[in-house]
Amino acid sequence: MIEVKNLVKHYGSVRAVDDISFSVEKGEILGFLGPNAAGKTTTMRIITGYMPATSGTVRVAGYDVFEDSLEVKRRIGYLPETPPLYFDMRVRDYLKFVARIKGVEPKTIPVEIERVAERISITDVLDNHIGKLSKGYKQRVGFAQALLNNPPVLIFDEPTNGLDPRQIIEVREIIKSLSFDHTIILSTHILPEVSMTCNRVAIINEGKLVKIDTPDNLQTQLQGSEAVTLEVEGPIEEVQAAIQQLNQVTAITVQPSRKENVATYRVETAAGTDLRKELAATVVQNSWGLLGLKSEGLSLEDIFLRLTTKEEEVN
Amino acid sequence: MGNIWTIFKRDLKGYFSSPIAYVVIGLFLIVTGIFFYLLLSSFLQYSYAVMMQQRGGMAVNVNLMMIRPFLLNMSVIVLFVIPMITMRSFSEEKKSGTVELLLTSPLTTTQIVFGKFLATYLLYFVMVAVTFLFMVFLFIWGKPAFWPIFLGYCGILLMGGGLVALGNFISSLTENQIVAAVGTFGATMLLWVIGFAGDLSGKVLGEIFRYLSIVNHFEDFSKGVFDTSHLVYYLSLSFLMLFLTYQSIESSKWRG
Ligand SMILES: Nc1ncnc2c1ncn2[C@@H]1O[C@H](COP(=O)(O)OP(=O)(O)OP(=O)(O)O)[C@@H](O)[C@H]1O
Ligand SMILES: [Mg+2]
Repeated sequence: MIEVKNLVKHYGSVRAVDDISFSVEKGEILGFLGPNAAGKTTTMRIITGYMPATSGTVRVAGYDVFEDSLEVKRRIGYLPETPPLYFDMRVRDYLKFVARIKGVEPKTIPVEIERVAERISITDVLDNHIGKLSKGYKQRVGFAQALLNNPPVLIFDEPTNGLDPRQIIEVREIIKSLSFDHTIILSTHILPEVSMTCNRVAIINEGKLVKIDTPDNLQTQLQGSEAVTLEVEGPIEEVQAAIQQLNQVTAITVQPSRKENVATYRVETAAGTDLRKELAATVVQNSWGLLGLKSEGLSLEDIFLRLTTKEEEVN
Repeated sequence: MGNIWTIFKRDLKGYFSSPIAYVVIGLFLIVTGIFFYLLLSSFLQYSYAVMMQQRGGMAVNVNLMMIRPFLLNMSVIVLFVIPMITMRSFSEEKKSGTVELLLTSPLTTTQIVFGKFLATYLLYFVMVAVTFLFMVFLFIWGKPAFWPIFLGYCGILLMGGGLVALGNFISSLTENQIVAAVGTFGATMLLWVIGFAGDLSGKVLGEIFRYLSIVNHFEDFSKGVFDTSHLVYYLSLSFLMLFLTYQSIESSKWRG
């Protein structure tokens, strides 16, 4: 449905997007995950035809966004980072305006507005002024305008940004309900959001596509590491040194507890290795106390941090 | 065509649902009204004096003595008011982010530029048209010649076309309305004073400066004289500015 090839975008000397390629199949939800200034918004703006790329191509439903930009624009509903609302209009008038410029058949506009309003649950505010709506409702009106004319592709730029927790849950529900009959790209820097809503995740950093895969795959295989946490009673420095000496240990983080000489150690290892036995043996051999031991996969959060932060520790 | 109309209508509603249209039109009416009143009272005094001296043979000419100066005044007042009309046009959309909606909808840049220009132009048209009430007043009480008044108003409307297009262009360059207004005002003043510069400089240069001056082209209109060269000047200015607006929108796509 969406095909992005070797996309590059410069702003002067800034390389906002640096050779990104990916494709999104019909019915998929792809999440862009990346820190600030990663290039998420820029990539979306190029896909929607808001601005041209420096080089590379984008195809939506087979149409090139530069050559057939109107055909592409007809097929995309876009919710930018700030919802594009005219505060002095009433919701209904605003939706009427958007429906017209999106090319909805004039006779069917009232029906179309009803359909969209019901889907997003804004029927009861249709006659209110947009400027007086709460932030959550403004965001909903933003979703509603993106749905007008029923475009097969939806692009949402940080749809939950700045909302309170209840509104965030509501917005996620909306996105999930839309996923049944749309191809969606959304961006976020909240991790749990992508694993909750997306089939695939594209991790973007400094304009580059770092990794693209399903949340599950990212969690299990990609990073090539697993982690064990253990709680040990014993002199912290010695314990740490002993663990360090074991084979295949790639990283240790120590979190001291309130009790003296008790700490939680998080030990990362290469993928496919299980160090639990060795760790337990080490502790016992040194006559320290083993208070807890458990194996865990690397959370998406870890992958994200690993992939997007520089090698140096960010302390 | 339908899209131009849709954008035109939304913008126009926007102007009239905020105080801006009423403030601008009200202000314009007050200022032109004051000039009208002053010109009318001095004209009445003069014609009264003429009547008292029994020089009945020489009729006083209301077109020449009253309406022409009024139109000339108005042509200068609009220079100050037009920046207030056009400052919102594109700047507001850039600021609020709605420009992202326009540029990602299946609209062409031409439709956007024309729709927005026509909305600001209609506001200008309404503002100027309301002052025609003053003329109606003169028609009720006297017998002014219609043709020069009509041409004078045509001149004001044509000149406004160029300036409103200029204002739209400058508004498309910035997301700050104040900058748009000040910039438009500055450019307008430049087009005005260039005529004075023309009077001060040498023959060839002076001729060029005078030709570029926006108000100079209005003088013939105010006399009730129609000359196609003035029409060509105003229309060229309008189309040049609309073309520049088009270019500015297209290039802002790559500038972001
Ligand atoms: N209009 C612009 N002009 C110049 N530079 C820009 C422009 N827009 C973005 N940039 C730069 O391009 C880079 C990528 O920005 P972009 O907005 O795409 O990031 P993002 O991933 O959306 O970030 P955020 O999570 O903060 O929204 C940044 O370095 C930014 O400063
Ligand atoms: Mg962004």
